[in-house]
Order: sequence, then C-alpha cells, then structure tokens
Amino acid sequence: MKTINEMALRFPSKSCNEAFARAAVSAFIAVLDPTVGELSDLKTAVSEAVTNCVVHGYRRGAGTIFLTGKITEDRRVIVKIRDKGVGIADVKQAMEPLFTTAAEEERAGLGFAVMQSFCDKVRVSSKPGKGTTVTLEKRIADV
Amino acid sequence: MKTTLEDGVLTAYLEGEIDHDAAVNMRRQLDASVQTVKPRVLCLDFAGVGFMDSSGVGLVMGRYRMMKLLGGSLYVVRVPERIYRIFAMSGLEGLGVLR
Repeated sequence: MKTINEMALRFPSKSCNEAFARAAVSAFIAVLDPTVGELSDLKTAVSEAVTNCVVHGYRRGAGTIFLTGKITEDRRVIVKIRDKGVGIADVKQAMEPLFTTAAEEERAGLGFAVMQSFCDKVRVSSKPGKGTTVTLEKRIADV
Repeated sequence: MKTTLEDGVLTAYLEGEIDHDAAVNMRRQLDASVQTVKPRVLCLDFAGVGFMDSSGVGLVMGRYRMMKLLGGSLYVVRVPERIYRIFAMSGLEGLGVLR
C-alpha cells in the first residue's frame, strides 16, 4: 500500500521524552482526523514502547531512541520504536501480561499487553546485546 | 498535587498525564504525605487525569501495598472510562480498590 507521509525522530532515552514521543505521534496522525479514542490508544501504545526503551533497553543509562512513523493510503499508521540497548532474550516471555524485570520500580508488567490491546498489530524483534524494535500498527477509521 | 484530609481519609487529586516520568514524582509526593498524615484511607481521585499508561497501574499497586503495610486501605475513585480499561487489564478490579 502506498505511503502518503513519513517521519523520523531520534531523541535521548530520557523519561521526559515519553511525553514528547506521544505528542509527536499525535501531531503526525492529526491529518487523519482520528477520534479521541483512536488517538488515546495510539498515544498509550507509543508511551509504553518508549518507556520500555528508557527503563529496559538502556536500563536508565544514556542511549538514543529512534522513532519512525508512516501513514499509508488505506489510513494505516505504522510507528516503529527502536533502541540499541540490551535486547530481550525471550520475547515471548517478555510479552506475557504481568511479566516484569523491574518490579522494585513498580513496573506493572503490562506494557506489551497494553500495546497489543490498543493497536491492530504489534511486532517485536530483538537481539540480546543489539537492541529491540517494536512496530505498532493501527488503522484510523474513515470519517 | 492538591490533597484534603477528612476523618482520616487523605484524598489526593491526581492531575494531567500519568506516564513513567510523572509517576515517579507522584509516588514521591504521595508517600511523603502518607508518612506525615498516616491516614486510615488513601483515596486517589483520577477525575483530573487526561492520560495514563501502565505506569499508573504500578503507582496504584505500590500505594495499595503501602497502605496494607500501614494497616489502612486504598481507594481509587472517579476514573475516566478510557483509563479504566488499563486498570481492568491489570487485575486491580479484584483488589476492591476501584470505586
């Protein structure tokens, strides 16, 4: 399907950039005139993925988060969030609801469950020592 | 964060967006208030929250544990519908804190 718009961002893995990433994606998809619900769903999923990069990928250390966005002709929004952090050894286990490696920091272990529930498709590819890429896809309904 | 105290019930009015960044600050403020006031009930009012990701669940779970340890209770009230969906996924409903 033809891509009608694209964007790319890179920003340091600081927790203040969680809000920045959500706001940037909101602005990017505004052209599709999403409902409040669609917008909130995508913002929540992006927030979860970026938080994962900050908390897990880079373990709160310095690193760069890469975010790209794409809008297709059939109104699908594809957002890719990539880090070059520690990676995930067992993606299947990491995606299980309530699984967390940061319980002491009060992480609920719901990040991937929220992404899956709020998007049409979620793809996770990861390599220990190399980093993780999360691809979120959501179709915005016609107005 | 605005708080009120009445009959041992400390109500905290959460505002704005609750993500990982904001939750760290809210947690600090809530824990400081609870340590000072030692309320019977901590009531978190979500009416002013416009956005929340799963960091909010961690915030509530942590305060639930803290109030339990202190022999008190936690209530979570006036949760906007969109945010309630995330609480529903977490199993928090089973703890009886959502009212």
